[in-house]
Amino acid sequence: MIDRVISSRGPDSFEWRFVAIIGAILSLGLLSIYSVTHAQPGGGLPLYARQMLWVVMGGAAFLVMLVFDYHKIARLSYLLYVIALVLLAVVLIVGKTSRGAQRWFPIGPFAFQPAEFAKVVLILVLASYYANSAREGWRQRVVLPGLIMAPGLLLILKQPDLGSGLSFLAIYVAMLLVVGVRSKALGILLLLALMLFPFAWEVMWGALHDYQRERILTFVNPAYDPGGKGYHGLQSRIAIGSGELLGKGLYGGTQSQLKFLPEGHTDFVFAVFAEEWGFLGVLLLLALFLGLIMLSMEIASRAKDVLGALLAAGVIAMIGFSMVINIGMTAGIFPIVGIPLPLMSYGGSAIVTTMAALGLLVNIKRRRLTLFY
Amino acid sequence: MLDLSPQQDELRELQRRLTILKIGLLLVIVLLAFRLWHLQVREGQYYRDLSENNRTRSVILEPARGLIYDRNGVLLANNVPSFNLYVTLEDVTDRERLIKRLVGLIGLDEARLRKRLSERGAKLLPRKLKGGLTLREAALIESHRLDLPGVMVQAESQRNYPARLTASHLLGYVGEVSGDQLEKPEFGDLHQGSIVGQYGVEHTYDRFLRGRAGQKVIEADALGHEKRTVEVQKPEAGDDLYLTIDLRLQKLAEDLLGEEAGAIVAMDPATGEVLALASRPAFDPNVLSRELTPKQWEEIVQDEGHPLTNRATQGQYPPGSTFKIVMAVAALETNTIDPTTTIRCVGSYPFGRRLYKDWKEGGHGTMVLSQAIIDSCDVFFYTIGQRMGIEAIASYANQFGLGRETGIELPSERLGIVPSPAWKEKARNEPWLPGETISASIGQGYLTVTPLQMTNLIATVGNNGVSFRPRLIRAVMERATGRLQELPHVARDRLAIKPETLALIQHALAGVVTEGTARRAKSSLVTIAGKTGTAQTVAARPGPEQDLPKKLRDHAWFISYAPTVAPRIAVTVLVEHMGHGGSAAAPLAKQLIETFIKLTPHEPVIAESGSPVGSPMTVMVQQGPHD
Repeated sequence: MIDRVISSRGPDSFEWRFVAIIGAILSLGLLSIYSVTHAQPGGGLPLYARQMLWVVMGGAAFLVMLVFDYHKIARLSYLLYVIALVLLAVVLIVGKTSRGAQRWFPIGPFAFQPAEFAKVVLILVLASYYANSAREGWRQRVVLPGLIMAPGLLLILKQPDLGSGLSFLAIYVAMLLVVGVRSKALGILLLLALMLFPFAWEVMWGALHDYQRERILTFVNPAYDPGGKGYHGLQSRIAIGSGELLGKGLYGGTQSQLKFLPEGHTDFVFAVFAEEWGFLGVLLLLALFLGLIMLSMEIASRAKDVLGALLAAGVIAMIGFSMVINIGMTAGIFPIVGIPLPLMSYGGSAIVTTMAALGLLVNIKRRRLTLFY
Repeated sequence: MLDLSPQQDELRELQRRLTILKIGLLLVIVLLAFRLWHLQVREGQYYRDLSENNRTRSVILEPARGLIYDRNGVLLANNVPSFNLYVTLEDVTDRERLIKRLVGLIGLDEARLRKRLSERGAKLLPRKLKGGLTLREAALIESHRLDLPGVMVQAESQRNYPARLTASHLLGYVGEVSGDQLEKPEFGDLHQGSIVGQYGVEHTYDRFLRGRAGQKVIEADALGHEKRTVEVQKPEAGDDLYLTIDLRLQKLAEDLLGEEAGAIVAMDPATGEVLALASRPAFDPNVLSRELTPKQWEEIVQDEGHPLTNRATQGQYPPGSTFKIVMAVAALETNTIDPTTTIRCVGSYPFGRRLYKDWKEGGHGTMVLSQAIIDSCDVFFYTIGQRMGIEAIASYANQFGLGRETGIELPSERLGIVPSPAWKEKARNEPWLPGETISASIGQGYLTVTPLQMTNLIATVGNNGVSFRPRLIRAVMERATGRLQELPHVARDRLAIKPETLALIQHALAGVVTEGTARRAKSSLVTIAGKTGTAQTVAARPGPEQDLPKKLRDHAWFISYAPTVAPRIAVTVLVEHMGHGGSAAAPLAKQLIETFIKLTPHEPVIAESGSPVGSPMTVMVQQGPHD
């Protein structure tokens, strides 16, 4: 007993393995961003330096989320969610428009993406909802949390940001699964989904921008290729495939260096990495992500209460979903929807919120033993 | 120790359900790993090949250059289709073979081709090998395209000047941006092979005319030829320019010069708008805007007639007697003399050990200032120059804009020289000699001016001391907005000269034409005021003028404005090596002025009968109405 209390304050409580894996993934991301952007001309701070700045800020967010008891943070969740909804609404009016989507608040040379922030807040709000409700019946389990999620989802789809919208849905569904749905509730949900699908599809499809529709159509039918939108996917596959077993070496990726590959530092950072590091590098990266997920799972399954377990499950769902969809789309098994690779893609909002979410995980792990004080 | 409350129970159950998530994610990660193994290991070689022969190429789409019109909307410069030859090095398999084929097919210069191919630049971007292919050459290349991997013919626009040699110095010409230019920030948005203005208005207003290049991403076949367009970003055409030039006057001015070297400038004194700016000999900008061989270029540069020199803004000549206007103003303003002061001219002026001659043997007799201007008496001006000293002369010359830029929108304007003891000390490291003041008094010696500076000077006199910056651009037609933006007139200076002084000079200048040295400029259509000048090219001459070889003969000057009241046009004529201003230059100015009056008969131009010369009182208030 005494041993365990001491150990809760020792290295194990901070979880150095966890931090080491995060650090390793961040470093690989920074290297890839440096590789594609170091030769780019342009004024101001180079992208890799900016990303470093974001990592430092992410580190701060990680520590902040770790220091305060997650129960206290969860108590603020509804307030935070309201703030997130307001930000999502305001960004539609005053936000920066880029390629037909209005997603960012410009802050000096940087841009803040409220959808990233909203994802973490959604985890908090759903976890506190489930922890504080009796979780009886499908209304309390499915419908109410669905109604909580809906305004955020709609605001995000309005931007439109298909990737973040899908992440929102994924977090909801994953947490629902963990909470457990009785077969009857699941049946009703499926039935409802089927009935609503044509309508929802109509709404969703109508809300999509031309470039998003084309991306999806291109994926469904590669022969449908107006203006060569399948180009991105093809270039990405060429980049990954041409890395072969051992890769072309750091800075040696011809696809990315010669600018065949668009968005090499953001959505397609994995393709840059795969081209330069080869399949062995890819295995290493997948192992790191797998390690991160397994450690997180351990935290979730050892959490001392429902709130902790659900929070951990939400974070796992968010990171796992983004990772799988991102790598899947660069490798050509999913349509290109624009989801960043967690901890690797360039982007301040995503880095800071992802690291804040990971801080929350360590927080859950640290508090699990205080039960015995 | 373990609290087995129902809540803990439920937690355990919930945590068991995490396994679904765990297994799900594990499965997908394995699936991803398998997919990546498939891409990178099983099909790796295939993708490696694809990446090494990546067949997308980016082609720059050149913008259409803005058009240039004269003041009446007559086209001076446009674009015509032309075939340009490009090569993408990435697709060239055998460089030597390519060089051989191209030299054999269309006779490209081999050394030039080699140089072009070895220049630095992206291998994936097409580089221009030759512009302006003939239709035959383009067809030859196209029919041998299977034999010429990486080579393509692109139809683009070529600058065209329909009036050919007319206004060539003014319009300038275009050419490929040079390596040095590309380093400069104002050419930052350009690339190797971009066309920019290299001379004339094409150069000064390049930022308007240039437009913005577009881009086309194509998928190339195995030979580097276009198979499919992936993405197009359209180029933006440049803005159109409306010049102040009247093409009819410009043509006439050039015809008046004919085969002779020289310059004619016509300007609206009330606005500074340049109506004609002729310089001969001229060049054909159509030729210079194409690619010249080094030999062609050498021929042009080494031409004895210096056709590339714009004599109106870059030719520096002694002003000769036209400078007496400045002398007269200076003498009156410094109170060296008054209008009634008499000086006796006996045909020569002794100073030091030299005798300075008057152009008229035997002299003009006793005369006052206005008569001295009308007859262009040298001795009178030697005398007042000697009394004033060189500093006063230089100070008034500077006030009239000599020795500095007029500010016209043309590249490399020359300044001329207004000599002074300080200048001589600096430029030659020698002291000023008193005799040099005497030479300067009749516009000889070190003193040099450009025809444009003299036009500005005479326009200022006619415009009662107000000078404008000479300008060539009336308006810019913005392609993006479709708006015609007129540029405002810029008054530059008001000379600090007494109105009586100017009135006396104006009166005398009118007399020069009616009864003085420029009687051959007298017109029945309009009153003209002016001053002749004969600029010596060499100080000591071996014999009579007509026996001299032409290149040693004097330059003929005439500077003028018309009408004498509220002048609407100021004209300078300079003809090299044609002798006397009165006989060689004044008649040309007269013709140009008469034509201008006939073309724009907006107001009565003949003064009341009796006095064709504006009286000092009537010239006091005048602001020339103009079209």
